[in-house]
Amino acid sequence: MPFIPHTEAEVQEMLATIGADDIEALFDEIPAQLRCGTLELVRAQMSELEVSQLISARAHQDGQPSCFIGAGAYDHHIPAAVWQIATRGEFYSAYTPYQAEASQGTLQLLYEFQSMMTGLTAMDVSNASLYDGASALAEAVLMAVRANRKSKSRRVLVPRSLHPAYRRVAQNIVRNQDILLEELPYDAAGGHTDPESLERYRGEDITALVIAQPNFFGVLEEVDILTDWAEANGALSIGVVNPLALSILNPPGSWGANGVDICCGEGQPLGIPLSSGGPYFGFLCCRKTLVRQMPGRIIGRTRDLDGKVGYTLTLQAREQHIRRSKATSNICTNQGLMVTAATIHMALLGAEGLARIAARCHTNSRELEERLRAVGDVRPLFDRPRFHEQVITLPVTAKQVLLELADDNLLAGYDLSRDYPELQNAILVCATEKRTHEEMDAYAAALARVLSRRGEVTRQPQTERMVKS
Amino acid sequence: MTLIYEASRAGRRATAQAPSSRDDCGGIPERFLRDTQARLPEVSELQAVRHYTRLSRKNFSIDTEFYPLGSCTMKYNPRASNTLAMLPEFLARHPEAPASRSQGYLACLYDLQQILKAVTGMRGVSLTPTAGAQGEFAGVAMIKAYHEARGDQGRTEILVPDAAHGTNPASAVMCGYRIREITTGSDGDVDIEALRSVLGPQTAGIMLTNPSTVGVFDRGIETIARMVHDAGGLLYYDGANLNAILGKVRPGDMGFDVIHMNLHKTFSTPHGGGGPGAGPVGVSDRLLPYLPVPMVARDGDGYRWLTEEDCPQSIGRLHAFAGNAGVLLRAYVYALMLGREGMPRVAEFSALNANYLLKRLQAAGFEAAYPERRATHEFILTLRRQAKSLQVNTMDFAKRLLDYGVHAPTTYFPLLVPECLLIEPTETEDMETLDGFVAAMVSIQREAEEDPDLVRGAPHTMSVKRLDDVRAARELDLAWKGNG
Repeated sequence: MPFIPHTEAEVQEMLATIGADDIEALFDEIPAQLRCGTLELVRAQMSELEVSQLISARAHQDGQPSCFIGAGAYDHHIPAAVWQIATRGEFYSAYTPYQAEASQGTLQLLYEFQSMMTGLTAMDVSNASLYDGASALAEAVLMAVRANRKSKSRRVLVPRSLHPAYRRVAQNIVRNQDILLEELPYDAAGGHTDPESLERYRGEDITALVIAQPNFFGVLEEVDILTDWAEANGALSIGVVNPLALSILNPPGSWGANGVDICCGEGQPLGIPLSSGGPYFGFLCCRKTLVRQMPGRIIGRTRDLDGKVGYTLTLQAREQHIRRSKATSNICTNQGLMVTAATIHMALLGAEGLARIAARCHTNSRELEERLRAVGDVRPLFDRPRFHEQVITLPVTAKQVLLELADDNLLAGYDLSRDYPELQNAILVCATEKRTHEEMDAYAAALARVLSRRGEVTRQPQTERMVKS
Repeated sequence: MTLIYEASRAGRRATAQAPSSRDDCGGIPERFLRDTQARLPEVSELQAVRHYTRLSRKNFSIDTEFYPLGSCTMKYNPRASNTLAMLPEFLARHPEAPASRSQGYLACLYDLQQILKAVTGMRGVSLTPTAGAQGEFAGVAMIKAYHEARGDQGRTEILVPDAAHGTNPASAVMCGYRIREITTGSDGDVDIEALRSVLGPQTAGIMLTNPSTVGVFDRGIETIARMVHDAGGLLYYDGANLNAILGKVRPGDMGFDVIHMNLHKTFSTPHGGGGPGAGPVGVSDRLLPYLPVPMVARDGDGYRWLTEEDCPQSIGRLHAFAGNAGVLLRAYVYALMLGREGMPRVAEFSALNANYLLKRLQAAGFEAAYPERRATHEFILTLRRQAKSLQVNTMDFAKRLLDYGVHAPTTYFPLLVPECLLIEPTETEDMETLDGFVAAMVSIQREAEEDPDLVRGAPHTMSVKRLDDVRAARELDLAWKGNG
């Protein structure tokens, strides 16, 4: 029997010990009329080989298109060592380190993770992960509402330039707690949150301000001004950041005069495969003074009976298994294995390695932009500095173009009209360090083909001219 | 063991992992750039590999030790699940890839939805919640959406047994509900009279785990369902213990309106040192419109996503994309390998192992918390006698078990049983392992009688001795800040 070790003789011996006639007798406390019969809708059991053949065929069916979509999930190289170590059984098949003495591997690794995240973000403390970037924002908003005791309004300003799915998830999670998320417009020319747009809120009771860096459009926000505005107006500031970008960008702990109060984000760029959107991990960092309002597991360094250094879950009085209805969050199981991978990833790359990758993403996406501009009536929409994504506008609505390019084995970008009705012809494109010159050439050529089929004036891109010297 | 930071030397790096030089970011103005390097370790590839390999060896895990952690279903995680979920095409698949390039992947998710519907007896399933607690949140949010859609505004309370997982009340509070606790009867079932006294027009629903956290199947479940429904409330099923009844009895047939499943328990995806999990939700007819998005639908021969546009009454999205896809694939592979024959075997052999272990421990003199009841897939011992007469408590037994090469069962949960151990052996353990556990407990009992300090001072063979939790909370040290 798959995964069940019992021999028939053992079954009989065990039943005799129990004093039961057969295994069915063990279910005699369940009312008979409730029992289900055979699960006809579930197919018959398959061998490992049969399952492998089925699943491999399905994976193969989808292939591996050339990927120029980012939009919150980025196609980065992952060092071979990362997942070879993360999937060692000792990490893979352990659980939450409730028995600290028998879990020092996971616990020390999580402490190192917290250290690395505070290093990247320049914040005081980090937790040991949340589910993903979107739910991390929701938790950050709830945390800010708890922590900002001077504010009574429960109003949180959220820029429209923030990831649309993050805004939706945050809304869905905080909806039943009388918290009002108010949207800040983005500047039509720059794609950033114009600090002037905050002026109408000056003097009002605002609980928190959310600041994305980079924002969903890839554009860099004026984070120093926004952070200082929040502080001056009694609002807590919540940074939403790409952790890879922080290897080159000013970290949230250094924004404005005193840094942000809370920062969060999606950890996927740190060694987590695209994998259809999950499992990834959310991270959450904050000022030391706010640590008792933090949700999720936190690991502390302490001593054992002999004075030896060791690691343990700490501040558990915040958590649901102790505080129940008064906990800071309902979160229990989070994303331990993803954090294991991310920690190994950051150790292998170090600050300089991450910075080189981040810089290559930036230059690659500039190169992509040049090539696409050469196609014809294709241009960047926003004129502000950016990290590794860019909004470009096409001469026609984007949806059909993207579908045709997908048939060419090319994921050419994210259709922004899905979330921004005013951006009908706009797509969000990304070129990570993995995209080659050849892939970018192929993208430009395919786009030119699709547009010319649709009767648009295009130039066939001259790839030689574009090759970097 | 030293921290990775302590092996760090300025300028040392694992050069093969990154571009050989840093490109010029001239397009980014100075004010946006960081002026100091992030504090990360600088080590070689070998140093990193050796460090984390050595750290891994300081863990207990299912692959290396018996791990009877009650309520967590620490059973064998098939390697095939991991290998197939990590096929290159799956790892490379972008979440925003169009459905036209995702038919193979969507077919897997659709099949999994169908399997989960069949095994739970529910009418619809959404796979998106990322963990049990997020599934709970989704479930209670659906209950709330249901009452609101009917204009039934006065329902402000969720009932939760005193034995429930802490996530239950925490999730309900996040949905804006007040919690009313109900007591567990001395036989382990919900106290029907206590339930009757708190039901009313303010009742939005009840959250139950069945088999419950005390390790017994609530025999009054039909009565409970009738009473709660008659009062206008809905029933939420916490699927933490689904392993005990898989293929035997279905929450939908018991009268539940909404359920979450912990795929990292019942469907054997890895616990990963604390996640990732997956907490799909299933619902009865009346909650179908409110399921979280996205879901997968079948259209003719093809598959497509269902989003907010298709499901206008949905409680919406709870994840930036579509949940923990890699976990869902692992669960799907496992479910295929079990098939319809294997599902009930999970319940049968987990019950066989638990009842055998209970009987043997009782025969060895240990006290069961509910001796007159059948164990399900788990059971509770109480060590109150040892705590009183020997001053050796449950935590001491738990720590001493580590020295015997066994991960401790869940301790001090549920809260209503004093000095308790919640023991769940799972169906994948063999008889000799169970006998070994009994021998270890008997041996510790003897030690507690003859040399109690040996047990009180345990563990003795781990890389550290018992840790100072008070110091950890008082002198917070949550991140390495450098030497000195």
